[in-house]
Order: sequence, then C-alpha cells, then structure tokens
Amino acid sequence: MTDAPLLDVENLWVKFRTRTGVFDAVRGISFTLGKERLGIVGESGSGKSMTGRAVLRLIRPPGFIEADRLNVHGEDILSLPEKGMRKLRGGRVSMIMQDPKFSLNPVMTVGQQLVEALRAHENVSRSQAHKRALEVLDEVAIRDPQRVIDLYPHEVSGGMGQRIMIAMMLLPNPEILIADEPTSALDVSVQLQVLDIIDKLVRDRGMGLMFISHDLNLVAKFCDRIVIMYAGRIVETCKASELRNAQHPYTLGLLNSVPDLERPRDHLEVLKRDPAWRDAPSVSARQ
Amino acid sequence: MSTSQGLRDWLLSEEPTSRRQAKYASWYKGWLTLRSNTLAMMGLFVLAFLILCAIFAPFLATHDPFAQDLGQRLLPPGEDGHLFGTDSLGRDIYSRLLYGARISIYIVLLVIMVAPLVGLIVGTVSGYAGGWIDVVLMRVTDIFLAFPRLILALAFVAALGAGIENAVLAISLTAWPPYARIARAETLTIRNSDYIHAIKLQGAGPFRIVTKHIWPLCISSLVIRVTLDMAGIILTAAGLGFLGLGAQPPSPEWGAMISEGRQYILDYWWVATIPGIAIFAISLAFNLLGDGMRDVLDPKEDNS
Amino acid sequence: MSAVMVKDLNVWFGVGADRSYAVRDVTFDVADGESFGLVGESGSGKSTILRAIAGLVPTWSGDMTVAGETLGPKRSKSFYSKVQMVFQDPYASLHPRQTVDRVLSEAMGLHGVQNINTRIGKLLDDVGLGAGFRFRYPHQLSGGQRQRVAIARSLACNPSILLLDEPTSALDVSVQAEILNLLVDLRREHKLTYIMVSHDLGVVGHLCERIGVMREGRFEEVLTVEDMRRSKAESPYTQHLLESSINSVR
Repeated sequence: MTDAPLLDVENLWVKFRTRTGVFDAVRGISFTLGKERLGIVGESGSGKSMTGRAVLRLIRPPGFIEADRLNVHGEDILSLPEKGMRKLRGGRVSMIMQDPKFSLNPVMTVGQQLVEALRAHENVSRSQAHKRALEVLDEVAIRDPQRVIDLYPHEVSGGMGQRIMIAMMLLPNPEILIADEPTSALDVSVQLQVLDIIDKLVRDRGMGLMFISHDLNLVAKFCDRIVIMYAGRIVETCKASELRNAQHPYTLGLLNSVPDLERPRDHLEVLKRDPAWRDAPSVSARQ
Repeated sequence: MSTSQGLRDWLLSEEPTSRRQAKYASWYKGWLTLRSNTLAMMGLFVLAFLILCAIFAPFLATHDPFAQDLGQRLLPPGEDGHLFGTDSLGRDIYSRLLYGARISIYIVLLVIMVAPLVGLIVGTVSGYAGGWIDVVLMRVTDIFLAFPRLILALAFVAALGAGIENAVLAISLTAWPPYARIARAETLTIRNSDYIHAIKLQGAGPFRIVTKHIWPLCISSLVIRVTLDMAGIILTAAGLGFLGLGAQPPSPEWGAMISEGRQYILDYWWVATIPGIAIFAISLAFNLLGDGMRDVLDPKEDNS
Repeated sequence: MSAVMVKDLNVWFGVGADRSYAVRDVTFDVADGESFGLVGESGSGKSTILRAIAGLVPTWSGDMTVAGETLGPKRSKSFYSKVQMVFQDPYASLHPRQTVDRVLSEAMGLHGVQNINTRIGKLLDDVGLGAGFRFRYPHQLSGGQRQRVAIARSLACNPSILLLDEPTSALDVSVQAEILNLLVDLRREHKLTYIMVSHDLGVVGHLCERIGVMREGRFEEVLTVEDMRRSKAESPYTQHLLESSINSVR
C-alpha cells in the first residue's frame, strides 16, 4: 500500500464539445501526489481548476475526461461507477471550494450540515455526530464551537465560513484534500490563519493536499512542490524551495509581475506570451 | 457551397468589423442554439405549418366554411369528401379549422402586442423608480392578479359586449400583471448592477436607462414567458368562445366549434375533438418553442 | 488646488433603528494630479467612500468638494464629465447585450463628443485594444480586455478624476500588471487624479503616493507610501496589515 502514491494521474485530458469542435481544457498532464502539499498554479483558463475537478470526475457534459491512468491509492477510478464515485467524493477525497458563501447551505445551521455530512459517510448516531462536529470545529481553531454550531451560514464571517467548510471536509478523515483557491475570497490577515489551519491539519493527519491557486508566491510559501500550468499543460515543476531558480519564462513572468511594496518600479514586468509555450509538450510531475 | 461556408465563417467570426456583422452574428448564434434543440424546432415547425395553413386557407379549403348543408350533417371523418367530417349544420370541419386558424393567430398577435408591452412598461417603471410609484403600480397589479383570469375576462366582455376584438381586449387586460411582475423582478436585479451604475455616471437619465439598458434585458424573459403563455391565451380565447362570449357564430373560432360540438360529443365525437386537437397542437407548439427560446435568450449564455 | 476635498463624511445604510454607519467622520484631501489610495479589509467602508463621491449612495452627510464643485444630494451633468469610475468586477460592469462600440459611442454621445468614430478608434488604441475589438460583445472578451473596455468608457469624456474601485482584484497577476501599467501610463498622459480602493497594499503602493488606512469605517491613519515602505506606520493596525501583506508575498 505504501508504495502506491495517493493520487496517480497519467496523460489526463479534459475536453469540451463545442459548436466549432472539441476544446481541450487540460491537455495530457501527468502528476502524482504523495503525502505532501502539491501546489498547482496558473492563470484563469490554464486548466488548474479543471484538473482538480477531473480528479473527482466532477466534469459535467459537454465536458468529458480521458486519461491513461487515474488512480486513487492504487484504485482505478476511471472505471468506477457513479455510486462508487459518490462514496469517494467527500469520503476519501475532499474538496474545498473558493467561496464558502456558495458551498454552505443557507437554510441549515452549521451543526446540521456537519452532522448530515458525517452521517452520509458513516453509520453514527446523531448525538455522536454532534460530538464529532464540535471536536472538528475546535480543530479548525473556532473558539466557541458550542455557539457556532447553532449559527446559520449568513451569520458567520467569510474566514469562519471557510474554516467551517474545512471542518466539514475533514469529518470523514479523507486521504486527499483538494483546495481550489480556498483563500482568495478572504482578507489578507484571515488568509494566513486559514492557511495555517490547513497546513497543521495536513501535517497532523498525514494527508495529501492538492492546493490550486493563481498566487504563485502564496503557493511557494505554503507547499512542498509546485506544478505550473499554462494553457492546459504543465510547463514547469519544481520544489517550492527552488522556485527562485525557476527556468521557464512563464514562471519568471508570473513571479515578476506582482507589485511589491518594497521594490517600487515605474512599470511592472508584463508577460510576453510565446505561442511556443502552448505547443511545448507537457512536463511530467510524477515522482 | 463555398459561398455558404464563407457566409458561415463571416457570421461566426470572432472579430466582426462592423455593427451590422456583430448584430447578424449574434442572431445567427441564437439560431444555431435554437436549431440544436429538437423539441423547440418541432414546435417551430408546427407553428410555421399552422401559419401557412391560415395564410393559404382559401386555397386549401375544400368547402365554404360557412355553407350549411343540413342533408350532410354530422358525417364522420373521411365520408363524402369531408376530411374531418361535418358538424351539426353540415359545415365541413376541415375548412372551418383552416379559417379558424386565422382567428386564433389574429387573437394571439393582438394580445402579444398589448399585454407584454403594458407589463413591461409598468414593471420596469415600478422597479426602477421604487418608492411610492412602485407601491401604487404594484398594488394595482395585485388587484388584477387577485381575480381569476377567465372571470375577469368574462366581466370585461360582459361590459364591453361580445366579439373577438373585445375578447382580445379583455384577455390583454387580464394578461399583463404577470409580465409586470417579471419585468419588475428583473429590473430590481439589473438596476443595482455595475453597468447601470456606469451608465448613470455617464450622466444618462432614467428614461434612457430604462428604455435602452433595462428593456433589452427584460425583453428576453418576457418573450420566453409570452411564448409559454400563448397556450393559455389561446385557451382563454377558446374558453370565451366556448361560453359564447368570444367569437360569435357562425365564425369558425376553435373554442366556439368545441362549444357547438358539446351536445353531440357522445355520439359524434369528431365535432368537438378535432378543434380540440388543433388547440392542443398550437398550445404544445408554443410551449416547446418557448422552452427553446429560454436557451437562446438567456443573457448568461456561455459561448465557450 | 485640491481635486477632491472630503470633510466629516458619514455614510449610512438603513433607516431608523436599523441605521448602520459604513463610513464615519472621514476627512481627506487629494491634490490635483495626485493618486490617493484607500486600503482596508472587506467591510471597512473603503468602497463606500468612492460610491458616495460618485453619487451612487444617497445617504450621506458632510462636505464634499470635487474639482471645485461642492456636491449636493444630486450630481450635475458637468460633474460626470470630470469624474468617472472604474468598477471592481469587469464581468459585471459591461452590459451583456452591448458591443464595445455601442458602450463607447453611447458614453461619448451623452457627453456631446464630436467625431465619435475616430475617437473610439483612438480610445481603443489608448487602452491597448486594437480596432479588432470594436464590435465584440463582452462574452467574447477576457477579463483583462473587459477591464480595458471599462477604462476606455471611463475616459470617453476626458475626465480629470478617476475613481478606481479595486480595478484589478478580479484579474490574474499577469493581467493585473498590464492593467496597472496602463493606469500609470494613462495618468501621466492625461494628467489624471486617482482615488483607488484596494485590499492589496502592493497594488496601492505601486500606483499611489498617499494612503488612507481604513478600519470599521474610520481612518486609522493617512501616510505616504514612502513611510509605509520604511514601516513607519504609527497605528498598530497598519503595522499588522503591512506584516501580513509582506508575509503573504514572501
């Protein structure tokens, strides 16, 4: 068991049928995820979110997935029936979306939602589930779980909402956590808190984290390994600690286009997109 | 082939070079969306067929729709050259159906020229102005909505006198409140959007904002609603005809035809059934088309 | 002369007992040609100040003078030819059924600009979009291109003051760089005054000379970007903001 990576993806394509032909959102990428924090970085339209969704087979028609291999812990999920996928999603693989406002049900209290989520995957009594919900809220550093558990989603702040989402995703003890821009809807100071919580949980529980973000600096700070995507392909992959030695002009462009308070410049560097990047073969991020 | 291919490319170009091309291109894309919806195309096909029938009724009819022949009364379909049989006065049902299509389409056209327009104006003004204007207009709308539609139409017809034009007027007067509600709801969401703020900051007055910026966005949901309501309008007209308050005999309005066939329904089923099928067909066609229009006119359309 | 003077501005929402203040006793001046930044977390009232200046929030009290004109409850027509605004979300600030051409020509028509045809071409060049974009609908444009169109619209009447409400927060960093460069260039070329709202200190630091730090509707402090760079902020809140923003970059 230990030798199989948590997630093993080879030659993954996500395609959409359109009026003018087939549009490829993700074009033949390969990567693996171990018990590590893997950052997937790219601009909007680079296919990074599609990759996250494809792993859970959440692509809706007219989109579809093709891959040579798509394994979760050695188990092929490409051929898994939809019922098995439902068990997998939110069970062994969890996903945190960008905005907690849209992922929490507005007419149920936080506690009800947590209990529902747990009981959907495990056969536990209501009181036990309630107890577990309190524990998990405590785990995501919510100070007063007794009070928060009876609140409705509109009564909590964005940062707290995102922590509740994380708590909900953690309830069934997933092996893999996919976080799709989990902090971009939050204020800077709250961002760091939420990231710290994710970080601590991933370490303590030995999960694999797939962290999808447009913010290269944030990912570099937070992840072990980085995959950089452009136009549906992986253009570069490196250890986060070695990002400063990155070679690809796209990576460098992303790094340099961020305005920096401490290095004032008259003009920011602008990416000059080379059409050759689009055609270059995808770099494998397998380990 | 090559010119049609060229035209298609011109229409689907990502970089239109004139206002005209941009406009035609957006129409063409809407048409492509509609065409990919089989059911909507079936609806459109049935409607086109009915409209052609109405236009060419004098050529298609085998008999005079008003000619009575008591010797030939209540003949079953197919007998003696009467395709759909004859009614209690010996008139050819097939020919009456064709001429009746004219009346039904006439009613529909008149209603859609009045009701949605009134609804659009009332709804957008009320939604955009807010305050006491909103309160007054919406309470008036509520009063109209509180009456059952057919009863209200009956009251109007009773007051105005029986006849097709009055029936249309009565139907329009009862049909506008839902449109006003929709238009108001749309306006409330649109009026706080950034593009309305932006045009306000350009110094545009309320009249321009409502007519040029809010109407185009409301019209799509109204068109959808109108096509879906068409069936109801035809049925109300038929209902009035059935009660003897719409089209007057001997005019071959479909509802009136059913009404006349009612007393024979047990022994001579076709007299009432065949106009009933016609009403069913046109209502269903409008419903299917309306469903397809929803896909075409949704402003959140995704072109990827 | 000051381009914008705001004194004791209060903005509230709701009536009676529900009245809640979004902005409280805010006072600041922006000199002609200056670029002033407003930073703070979400809900701190920074965008509300811009909306109050632009006349999009009717419930305010205090004194506001913009380009020599004292503002009352209603904005005059000439106000809108001097002050324009760029909104945060380029996906929501363009009418979904209008082509770029229609948007720009209507804005010019409203301000009585002559030679609309040639002006549109020039304007599109100014914001770095070619003539090929002129007849496109918003759904045929990327986020950055839409924001360029929105900037072009705001420049249609040659205003002297631009209110920028997080103009780049919905965009990718690479596109953000392009838009920020464009704003720097346009300011130089047209001698514009900016008031910019952002939650990103890096962005504000790049474009502005002076910054007002807001918290819960009040000014925590006003300081120059130079002071901010040298971490010479007085209030602990500003220090905290600075630290977390630098932490997230490094």
